[in-house]
Amino acid sequence: MKKPEAAFFSRVLMMGNEAAAEGAIRAGCQCYFGYPITPQNELTAYMAKHMPERGRVFIQAESEVAAISMVFGASVAGARAMTSSSSPGISLKQEGISYMAGCQLPAVIINVQRGGPGLGSIDPSQGDYFQATKGGGHGDYHIIVLAPASAQEMHDMTMQAFILADQYRIPVMILADGRVGQMMEPVRLYEDSPPPAPPKPWALTGAKGRPPQYIRSLFMEERALEKHNYELQACYRQITATEIKAEETETGDCEWLIAAWGTCARISKGVVQKARAQGIKAGLVRPITLWPFPHERLARLARRSQVKALLVVEMNCGQMLEDVRLAVNGAAPVRFSGYPGGRVPTETDVLNALIELTKTNHHGKVEQPAV
Amino acid sequence: MKTPTSGYQRPASLTDAAMHYCAGCGHSSVHKLLAEVLDELEIRERTVGVAPVGCAVFAYFYFKCDISEAAHGRAAAVATGIKRALPDRIVFSYQGDGDLAAIGLTETVHAANRGEPITVIFINNTVYGMTGGQMAPTTLAGQITATSPTGRNPATMGCPIRMCELLNTLEQPYYIERVALDGHGGMVATKKALLTAFQTQVSGKGYSFVEVLSPCPTHFRCSPQDSLKFVGQKMAAQFPVRIFRKEGVPVHA
Amino acid sequence: MKKHFRVAIDRERCKGCELCIPVCPLHLLAMSTTMNRKGYHVSETVRAAECLGCIKCARMCPEAAIEILNVP
Ligand SMILES: Cc1ncc(C[n+]2csc(CCOP(=O)(O)OP(=O)(O)O)c2C)c(N)n1
Ligand code: SF4
Repeated sequence: MKKPEAAFFSRVLMMGNEAAAEGAIRAGCQCYFGYPITPQNELTAYMAKHMPERGRVFIQAESEVAAISMVFGASVAGARAMTSSSSPGISLKQEGISYMAGCQLPAVIINVQRGGPGLGSIDPSQGDYFQATKGGGHGDYHIIVLAPASAQEMHDMTMQAFILADQYRIPVMILADGRVGQMMEPVRLYEDSPPPAPPKPWALTGAKGRPPQYIRSLFMEERALEKHNYELQACYRQITATEIKAEETETGDCEWLIAAWGTCARISKGVVQKARAQGIKAGLVRPITLWPFPHERLARLARRSQVKALLVVEMNCGQMLEDVRLAVNGAAPVRFSGYPGGRVPTETDVLNALIELTKTNHHGKVEQPAV
Repeated sequence: MKTPTSGYQRPASLTDAAMHYCAGCGHSSVHKLLAEVLDELEIRERTVGVAPVGCAVFAYFYFKCDISEAAHGRAAAVATGIKRALPDRIVFSYQGDGDLAAIGLTETVHAANRGEPITVIFINNTVYGMTGGQMAPTTLAGQITATSPTGRNPATMGCPIRMCELLNTLEQPYYIERVALDGHGGMVATKKALLTAFQTQVSGKGYSFVEVLSPCPTHFRCSPQDSLKFVGQKMAAQFPVRIFRKEGVPVHA
Repeated sequence: MKKHFRVAIDRERCKGCELCIPVCPLHLLAMSTTMNRKGYHVSETVRAAECLGCIKCARMCPEAAIEILNVP
């Protein structure tokens, strides 16, 4: 993932939601379309204030379905476009996301997750991992999914999302949660020099001086859809080869490896230090790209002889857990510590789960997740 | 008899592709008229269209202007996105009655309510053509379709929605007209309405909406000629053919 | 000076919907007994030279298969 080339120029106390909005603006987002939903409302409000000020497009759409369709349209026209929502609204956006994946249209979608299923709660959750990483909408596709764990990362990753989206002509999702979105933190803002968008010869801007062109996801000609899907898969392979990102903390000599993303990874970082203070050699691996997922990195870590077991920590009933299991493929036992009720775990919660794990007989088979 | 004109040429804005529509289908006619309008206003090279999901899903094969797909019903929202991103382009959506008045009703009404300066072309043929002639929001009372085999019963299935009237309750639309493809006169009127709609957009005036009562001989289950009669008599009785909004002002019947 | 016109029907575009036939004030169009490559019975001109150039048939044709040409 290329870092936007920019220098820091200010440190501001900001909410994660606002930091993401400011990141979008600084990444050159030209069009934003939203619909109110907690816990991401600050993001929409920030865009409502700052996009028109800069002569850019802001629409409060009539629904999330309409908002994502407007993003689709703006992207068709070659503009950098974004929408944001929270879980129930993201469900409605899946139609548009699938169409954009099919039409190979870049876009940025921010999901500040809340509890589910259904209306769930307005508290933080990581319940949309499956939806985000396994497709979400219909059809054989992927989108890039980035998981921020701080207000700073809300800012940085939103900027990066625009670059990735344009580079690969793919929707990119920021999979945040209510905690990351609502927390206030000092944020270093990049200088306002948007990374230039690459040329978009495919965009529909009127057929002046060139043959007319169209954007579609419908392929009825013989074997055309097959070809199209193979093209998409080739793009996904390239993304998988170049864009996987994960962060490791104290993994060098670790015996007890925590795997967590977003907010849970941030909490687990503190847990690693606390555990080590008690003589437990803990470490943390944090997938930053949830799709593509760092399977190989996890496999490598799990195969190290000193690693006794893994503990997956999520605010759900075990979603990334499945990818970790696939990656580890039996090389080490994988246990789970889950928090599906809108409660953000404390360091003590996770530390206790880790201590519990060190006491159990981890030799032999992979054990069932303890939710 | 009128004085002879200077002949007629196939509109330059149509591609050479043979249209896939059934014989006598109103979609073909409106495509042709739309292409004539793009030619006459010389806007083909700065026009971006939005094709629907419905029989006109392949519209992008037939016009020599840029055209995007949209998910079923979302054409007005997609057109909104395009127009906001490129305000100096001419943007139109082209939609059937299932697309515009059922699944896309919300997007339709709100684009009109915001007064998006786009042109919406609404093909009302009282049925879902593409999927096999099912009941549409515009199906007439008593009309037999694949999903109203004993005729549309208003008591349980509702009455046909009059989109022009509905949109005319909003304040922002600039031009709203309903025309009927019921014969030669209907072709002329439809062309004129399309011309006015696009002129509205070219001169930056606001939202324009043209509803075309349109024959679907296949699902009317009659000849193209009799389909025109159905449009002119049965449909026009339910959907009054007239201008509803002119220069931003409601026109009373 | 009187203008002369000729009706030109693109047989392969015609789908035989017959909408052009009744609109001609001089009844210059009729259905052919032959079919085009797609299997449609097509419309054809009879007494083509008598065309007035009113372009009603061309306007009526959904497929834009009819052109009215000026004959010098
Ligand atoms: C979300 C979704 N639901 C249903 C369909 C199936 N579908 C395709 S076309 C169509 C109806 C089109 O009817 P209409 O808009 O009246 O256009 P027409 O075919 O009559 O021109 C439907 C329901 C779809 N493609 N997508
Ligand atoms: S089914 Fe009806 S609307 Fe569709 S192409 Fe045939 S005649 Fe036209």
